[in-house]
Amino acid sequence: MSQVPQKSDSFKDREDKLIDDAINQDYKYGFVSDIEQEIIPPGLNEDVIRLISSKKNEPEWLLEWRLKSFKNWKKMIEPTWAKVEYPPIDFQAISYYAAPKEKKKLGSLDEVDPELLDTYNKLGIPLEEQKMLSNVAVDAVFDSVSVATTFKKELAKHGVIFMPFSEAVQKHPDLIKKYLGMAVPPADNFYSALNSAVFSDGSFVYIPKGVRCPMELSTYFRINASQTGQFERTLIVAEAGSHVSYLEGCTAPMRDENQLHAAVVELVAHKDANIKYSTVQNWYPGDKEGKGGIYNFVTKRGLCKGDNSKISWTQIETGSAITWKYPSVILKGDNSVGEFYSVAMTNNYQQADTGSKMIHIGKNTKSTIISKGISAGKSQNTYRGGVKIMKSAENARNFSQCDSILIGDKCGAHTFPYIDVRNPSAQMEHEATTSNIGEDQLFYCNQRGISTEDAVSMIVNGFCKEVFAELPMEFAVEAHKLMEISLEGSVG
Amino acid sequence: MLEIKNLHASVEGNQILKGINITIEPGEIHAIMGLNGSGKSTLANIISGSDKYEITKGEIIYKNNNLFDLNTEERALQGIFMSFQYPAVIPGVNNTYFLKAALNAKRKYQGDIELDAMDFMDLIKEKLKLLEMDESYLRRSVNAGFSGGEKKRNEILQMITLEPELAILDETDSGLDIDALKIIAKGVNDYRTDKKAFLVITHYQRLLNYIQPDVIHVLIDGKIVKSGGKELAVTLEEKGYQWLSDNSVK
Repeated sequence: MSQVPQKSDSFKDREDKLIDDAINQDYKYGFVSDIEQEIIPPGLNEDVIRLISSKKNEPEWLLEWRLKSFKNWKKMIEPTWAKVEYPPIDFQAISYYAAPKEKKKLGSLDEVDPELLDTYNKLGIPLEEQKMLSNVAVDAVFDSVSVATTFKKELAKHGVIFMPFSEAVQKHPDLIKKYLGMAVPPADNFYSALNSAVFSDGSFVYIPKGVRCPMELSTYFRINASQTGQFERTLIVAEAGSHVSYLEGCTAPMRDENQLHAAVVELVAHKDANIKYSTVQNWYPGDKEGKGGIYNFVTKRGLCKGDNSKISWTQIETGSAITWKYPSVILKGDNSVGEFYSVAMTNNYQQADTGSKMIHIGKNTKSTIISKGISAGKSQNTYRGGVKIMKSAENARNFSQCDSILIGDKCGAHTFPYIDVRNPSAQMEHEATTSNIGEDQLFYCNQRGISTEDAVSMIVNGFCKEVFAELPMEFAVEAHKLMEISLEGSVG
Repeated sequence: MLEIKNLHASVEGNQILKGINITIEPGEIHAIMGLNGSGKSTLANIISGSDKYEITKGEIIYKNNNLFDLNTEERALQGIFMSFQYPAVIPGVNNTYFLKAALNAKRKYQGDIELDAMDFMDLIKEKLKLLEMDESYLRRSVNAGFSGGEKKRNEILQMITLEPELAILDETDSGLDIDALKIIAKGVNDYRTDKKAFLVITHYQRLLNYIQPDVIHVLIDGKIVKSGGKELAVTLEEKGYQWLSDNSVK
């Protein structure tokens, strides 16, 4: 009789449909904006660096800093230890500077190209201050330059500096000179050296002593031009006793080519200061065949310089063809605290190699690593973490938890925890789990009338709950939605 | 309500069910008894919509429709509920969220207004009392770290909340102490009406002392070898299954 084939057919059809829906779901942010741009032709040499520096009217010391970084970079080799595979990158085929053409220096938002404002509106980021629903100040970086920073006046009242990096170089050269490269020295690694040579713009944040920043600060990065790389640089300095929460979001158009994004983020927390840095990374991940997508090679590091300081990284990584990223904390001050909360979701042919490093130097320093990896499709998802307890770090403590969940049987999850303890008083805890979204879980949910799609979303959100709880409210909602889109129909 | 006709099913080439015939009317409680491996849970899973089995012959009619035209979710939404022998664990998802999602999926399907958090809490607190369950249960993740007894009680809580028309209780008594068994049986008996039907799967007579079946079927090696009234359970308890399997061979 044929009843049963009918039953399984209808079930299978439905699953297939779910998968199709997901595959056909466009990357929502994949549009290209038609904006007149000024682009330096592809290629990298000292002249290009001089040109970038002169376009930004930079002081001599900064040009020297760039050129020195470039010299270092030329001697370095691309790292190959990450568990990611991609064809060699031709660094001479990339353009290192693209900027929307501007008539004059922008004084206010009214003077920003309407097409640009429209782009950000499409992305759901209204820059007009009166439209801001929540208490978030936004800096928008379009390709290589920062185009708008909101709430400047309000922030200035509290002495908070939040402005494009290139503007800060002009207005606060002493601060930049003092802190640039403090957490991430130019020669730290291949990509940080490249960034240090060619970085174009980014955000600079300075929170004065004892100030609790009155609003969330946010930077929105957008790659628009083709064949260009984006090399932004973010520097956040929190003086003694200050607090700041910073959000970072990113998207890019859909393109067949791979685009390079090699950013550097540096955080410096003085005594009793507290920096919370949250990222929702949604660069274009490539199509379902693995064509196109952003290569996201990012160096992020925080320095807990003073005693009792705290730096907390939270990241939701759903985009990019390749992610290579290890937000880290150097715990130099006594009693300082470092945290890393991460959700990395990969689908189709995405590859992510991400994790954290915690370097304990001061006494009674404490770090926490919570990493949640979700792999679907044919993707590869790797956690790589390093915890180092130096000899000086009396009574250091670390807790690491790395959980992976697999959806389907064609993806992979890998965990590489490195631990280096040089002080016997250290307390280390490491937990790791890998699980599948089980057929039994889905059957259980279905039997209660909950659809497969809702069940997967429920299970994954439950899996990521600890990390989502760390996000500021506005981002938590966005993260939930993003996960749902990235997950839709990933069960087959 | 449910008519199982000449049902044959196999898993990975092994024939498990070899021609089952059962008709359950609204208001009836049917019990299926049998040893391990006789096919009891297979039958329960097939009715609920598990895709692990291949139906090689026969059909099931549920409320005048071919059950096999419905997927698992649709069967649930149309009133079939299974209390699992081994309920799945879902870490990070709390019971309140899970049960509210399930109830609202059903209400939506029936064209009712979905309950908001407040109304749901009122409802669920009442149900918890019926099963003598603590409210702290609501904050715990679905079946995570639950004892065997807690899991079974949780299944019955879901049943009385989702209000199915046909409830299949798969080994609900296993792993329960006598007090828990009494509470669960009371929950089932209070829930019973002349519109609702039950299919109770069990090894032992014990449960049937508290949940009185109208019909008992004895399942041996994929076939029903005997059906009878509740007195059959007593006979089984005395004589075991051997005399029946001998008969079936002859």
